[in-house]
Amino acid sequence: MAELIHLEVVTPSGPVVSEDVDIVSAPGYGGDFGVLANHAPFLSTIKIGGLVYKKDGKENYLMVSGGFCEVSNNKITFLVESAESGHQIDVDRALRAKERAEKRLAEAKSQAEKINMARAQAALQRALARLKVAEKSPK
Amino acid sequence: MPSLKDVKMQITGVKKTSQITKAMNMVSAAKLRGAQTKMEAFRPYAGKFNEALRNISANMKSSQFALMQAREVKTVEILVVTSDRGLCGSFNTNIIRMSERLMKKYEAEGKKVSLVCVGKKANRYFRKTGKIRAHYIDIMGNFQMFNARAIAQDVAANFIAGGADEVQLVYGSFISVARQTPTTLHFLPVKSVDTGEEANTAKSGQTGAYIYEPSPEEIMDVLLPLYTNVMVYNAMLEVGASEHAARMTAMDNATKACKDIIHNLTMVYNKARQAAITGELMDIVGGAEALKG
Repeated sequence: MAELIHLEVVTPSGPVVSEDVDIVSAPGYGGDFGVLANHAPFLSTIKIGGLVYKKDGKENYLMVSGGFCEVSNNKITFLVESAESGHQIDVDRALRAKERAEKRLAEAKSQAEKINMARAQAALQRALARLKVAEKSPK
Repeated sequence: MPSLKDVKMQITGVKKTSQITKAMNMVSAAKLRGAQTKMEAFRPYAGKFNEALRNISANMKSSQFALMQAREVKTVEILVVTSDRGLCGSFNTNIIRMSERLMKKYEAEGKKVSLVCVGKKANRYFRKTGKIRAHYIDIMGNFQMFNARAIAQDVAANFIAGGADEVQLVYGSFISVARQTPTTLHFLPVKSVDTGEEANTAKSGQTGAYIYEPSPEEIMDVLLPLYTNVMVYNAMLEVGASEHAARMTAMDNATKACKDIIHNLTMVYNKARQAAITGELMDIVGGAEALKG
C-alpha cells in the first residue's frame, strides 16, 4: 500500500477534514497542484476552487475559498475561509448566485464600480467552484 | 408598620422581577453554549494560523511589510471591544476602565490617542471624549468573520496611512464561565513572532527548506491582513462568550437577591398580619369585657 499523507482542512467555524489520504490536489497560487506523501515543506496561497483528495481509491471533492496551505512533516494543512463538500452545496442557490454575479458584472462594467466588480467576481468564482464540485461529487 | 396591601404588592413586584432575571439567566446560558461552541471551533484555525505565520516570519525582515513597520510612536489607537448590551455585571465596565487607564497612560507620555469602539457600551462611554475615530455597534449579537474583517481592514488601513503608529486591542477574554478578565493585546505593528526558545531552534532549520508559492514576501502580504482578521475575530468571539457568561452570573445573583428580598418581605408581611389579628382580637376581647361589666 502506498504511503499516506495526513490532510487537514481547517476553517474559522471548525475543522472540516482530518484524515490520512493518498493524494491531495488543490487550487494554488500558480494553478492546481498535487501533493503526495513525503512532499517537501511547501507553502502556498489558495484560491477559490475545488480541492480533491483521494482516499482508498475514492475521490472526494471540497469547495474551498481563499486561504493558504502548508505542507510539512508529511502533513498538509489547509487554512481556508470556508470549505464545503459536494453534498452540502445547494446547486440551485449556487446557480442563482452565478446568474446574479454575472448580471452584476455586466452592469458594473458600464458603471465602472471597482469594488462591486471585485466582489461580484469573487462571488462568481465561488459559485462556479461550487457548481463544479457539486457536479463531480457522487449524489 | 407598612400596610398589608403595600407589602403584598411589593412581594408580587419582586417576584415578577425574579421571573425576568431567571429567564434572562436561562437565555444567557443557552446563548453562552452557542458562543462557546463558536469560539472553540475557531481555536484550531487560530492556532494553526499562528503556527504557520511563525514559520514564515521567522526568517524575514519585519521592516519590509507595512503592517510590521515599527515607527516612533506619536499616536496610539485603542481598539476597544465590548458587548452591545448591558445587564452583565461589571464585565463591560472592567474593559472600559482598562482602556481608560491605558488611554491616560499614553496621554501622560505625550502621545495622542484615538479610539475604535466595537460594541455599544464602549461607544456610549467614550462618546463624550470625542476621541472615537470609528465605531461598530449592533454587530455583537450575531457576527461573522466578515464583520471582523471590515474592522481589521479599517484599523490596518489607518495604521498604514499613518493615522496611528501603534494599535492596542482591549477586550474581555473568556477564561471560564465564572471568570472573564479584561485583556490588552499589542495589535499593530505586528511583531515578528517572538523567537521563543524551543520554537525556533527547532524550526529555523526547517523553515529555510520551505518551497514558497508565490514568494515568501507575497505570502506575507496575504497572511498579515488575515492575521489581523484572526485577532479581531478572536477578540469578538471571546467578548461574545464572556458577555453571556457574565450575564448568566449577574442574573443568577439577581435571582438570589430577589429570593432574599421576598423572604424578608414575607416576614414583614406575616408580622403585619399578626399585628392586625392581635389588634382585632384585643378589640373583640375589650368589647366583650365591656359588655360583661
